[in-house]
Amino acid sequence: MLSAVIALSVLALLASFGLAIAARVFAVETDPRIELVEEALPGANCGGCGYPGCAGLAKAIVEGKAKVEDCPVGGEETRKAISEIMGISFEGGQVRMVALVNCKGDDQVASKRFFYNGIHDCASAALIFGGDKSCSYGCLGLGTCAEACPFGAIMMLESGLAEVEPDKCTGCGQCVDACPKGIIKMVPAERRLHILCSSHDKGAAARKACKTACIACQKCVKSAPEGSIVMDDFLAVVNYDFDIPYEVAEECPMNTIVVRDPGDDARSGCEEKTAAGGGA
Amino acid sequence: MRSRGFSGGVHPDYNKKMANSRSIREMPLPDELVVYFSQNLGAPSKPIVKKGDEVKKGQVIGESGGFVSTPVHSPTSGKVVSIEKRPSPVGSDMLAAVIKPDGSDEWAPECDVERGNADLDGEKIKALIHNGGVVGMGGATFPTHVKLSPPPEKKIDLLIINGAECEPYLTADHRVMLERAAEVVDGASLFASVIGVGKVIIAIEKNKPDAIKVMERAIQGKDGFSVASMDVIYPQGAEKQLIYALSRRKVPAGGLPMDVGVLVQNVGTAVAASEAVRYNRPLIKRVVTVTGKGISEPGNIMARVGTKFSDLIEFCGGMDADTMKIINGGPMMGIAQHSLEAGMTKGTSGLVLLTRDEVGQYCSDPCIRCGRCLEVCPMNLNPSHLSIFTERMRFEDAESYNVMDCIECGCCAYVCPSRRPMVHHFRRAKAEIRNRVKKAG
Repeated sequence: MLSAVIALSVLALLASFGLAIAARVFAVETDPRIELVEEALPGANCGGCGYPGCAGLAKAIVEGKAKVEDCPVGGEETRKAISEIMGISFEGGQVRMVALVNCKGDDQVASKRFFYNGIHDCASAALIFGGDKSCSYGCLGLGTCAEACPFGAIMMLESGLAEVEPDKCTGCGQCVDACPKGIIKMVPAERRLHILCSSHDKGAAARKACKTACIACQKCVKSAPEGSIVMDDFLAVVNYDFDIPYEVAEECPMNTIVVRDPGDDARSGCEEKTAAGGGA
Repeated sequence: MRSRGFSGGVHPDYNKKMANSRSIREMPLPDELVVYFSQNLGAPSKPIVKKGDEVKKGQVIGESGGFVSTPVHSPTSGKVVSIEKRPSPVGSDMLAAVIKPDGSDEWAPECDVERGNADLDGEKIKALIHNGGVVGMGGATFPTHVKLSPPPEKKIDLLIINGAECEPYLTADHRVMLERAAEVVDGASLFASVIGVGKVIIAIEKNKPDAIKVMERAIQGKDGFSVASMDVIYPQGAEKQLIYALSRRKVPAGGLPMDVGVLVQNVGTAVAASEAVRYNRPLIKRVVTVTGKGISEPGNIMARVGTKFSDLIEFCGGMDADTMKIINGGPMMGIAQHSLEAGMTKGTSGLVLLTRDEVGQYCSDPCIRCGRCLEVCPMNLNPSHLSIFTERMRFEDAESYNVMDCIECGCCAYVCPSRRPMVHHFRRAKAEIRNRVKKAG
């Protein structure tokens, strides 16, 4: 009995000794800041930063491979918290970016070339003649972006268009990659005036395909401050560095330009005010 | 010789009787030709004419845009009305030269000249085939001169001339073999001399006994030539299946026939090569089968490249009011069209007009894992799993299950009791995987 107790005690002593030495010799140095940064990150693991989840980004930030502002989802609070952990001075005022679907051609105004009854997915539909819309640039409306959004910020309108809810959008950019037509762009959340068209077709062709396409008439370019709206291959494009007066929207003969209101109705901030509805 | 050797395959209704006894008819010049600058797999050609230019028949209008590219020629003499994007029969709108024929159909001076045998060596033949804009006319439109340029370490010892024509409805290759057998054999011997092979097999499915007879007669006295009669099963005419059936050689995944020492050329390509080499006539017309219940007079039409589908249909007596679907190519691998304003290309082997009672509109159901697609897949893939992976956006898994080896023959979709759009799924997966490789590279 006694010998057994002694033997076991000696064994336990030896084992604990071994463990103590191993803990010293094979110790893995982890930066305690990694855990802190990870806690400060939103924890959505959306992948918007390009790293495998929030843990991946936290490690990269601490190792100096990524920047504090690389998390597109976390707002100012997150950046401030991470800056404090990292001991970097925090500079606020970074612009919050949200996604915007640059197409307004729903089923009522945009014509279709053929009847598509294939797989319900934009990327699949785009493989067949580029999609069923006459406009080869338009939103296919099958919801691949909404599926890709980890935050449920994109809703599919019954009229066959995708629309981003700016309040829910965290700016991770997953939808930008998912859209086979490449018509989702990141824009500053504070800007409200948008030109919702991506068609580079010439005026007549664009108008034929969609009743609300940009026809490159340049009326908006002329009435907006110089450089704030520029022509790019038969398409007027907003330069978001400028704050464009909302009256410019009224100039558009095709109702392509919209001023989005941060209203509080059911569609949370997506009520449109077009030229017909009057500028803001 | 065993005539059939690949596993899988299906037996669709062939429906070839509508057109296989009709001899090739030359179509008169239409009012307008839409000639795309992208007429081959690989780099599109570069336009070298502009709006308003007068062109002659056979004149180069688009220069080769790289090694895997061929020049494009004017199909007739006339005026270039415009260079613009036009609806294409295969995908998004493509840049095309719209040519208004002047009616004289006059050859450019360098074309249509008979050439002697004097200075014909391998390189010269290859150059003539390239200059003639010859591409694979089975439908894939792969530039022929590239196939004829294997790297020196790849020794080719077998040439297969593909006259299987396993695609239902289509009879263009069948008629070419019946009516232009001598040119087929001449083209084949040109290919054989370029790559230095002694053994040439002309492969024809058994459902074309008249073509087998004619070709056997045509190769009499030709050393190393033989005609193989193949079992009638779709896709017998697919390159990899044909090679395996005839030589028991397996083309490795992602590889080319040249990796196993084989070159496969379509019968129509052989004729085009013969014309280009012997007479300096570039590839500006081809035989296209216009058939199906929806067309008044089915037939095999010799039409200019760039002939609009609407003109082809009009020449064949117009279409039935009941026509529901018009397919460029055959019903198994062809592409349903949305515009008859598209012009035919060098790869247009047929135009099939299906009527309402032949076209189903299905909703696809979930996979019930019956395994029929596994039985018929000629590439021994697992289409069931592949389609499910794609549906769930698991493209890495699809890749590890070799979706890239899919030849898009459509056998799986043909037998699927859940009516799943299998090929569409695989095209999506392939596009996604290619995109990712491009992004990573």
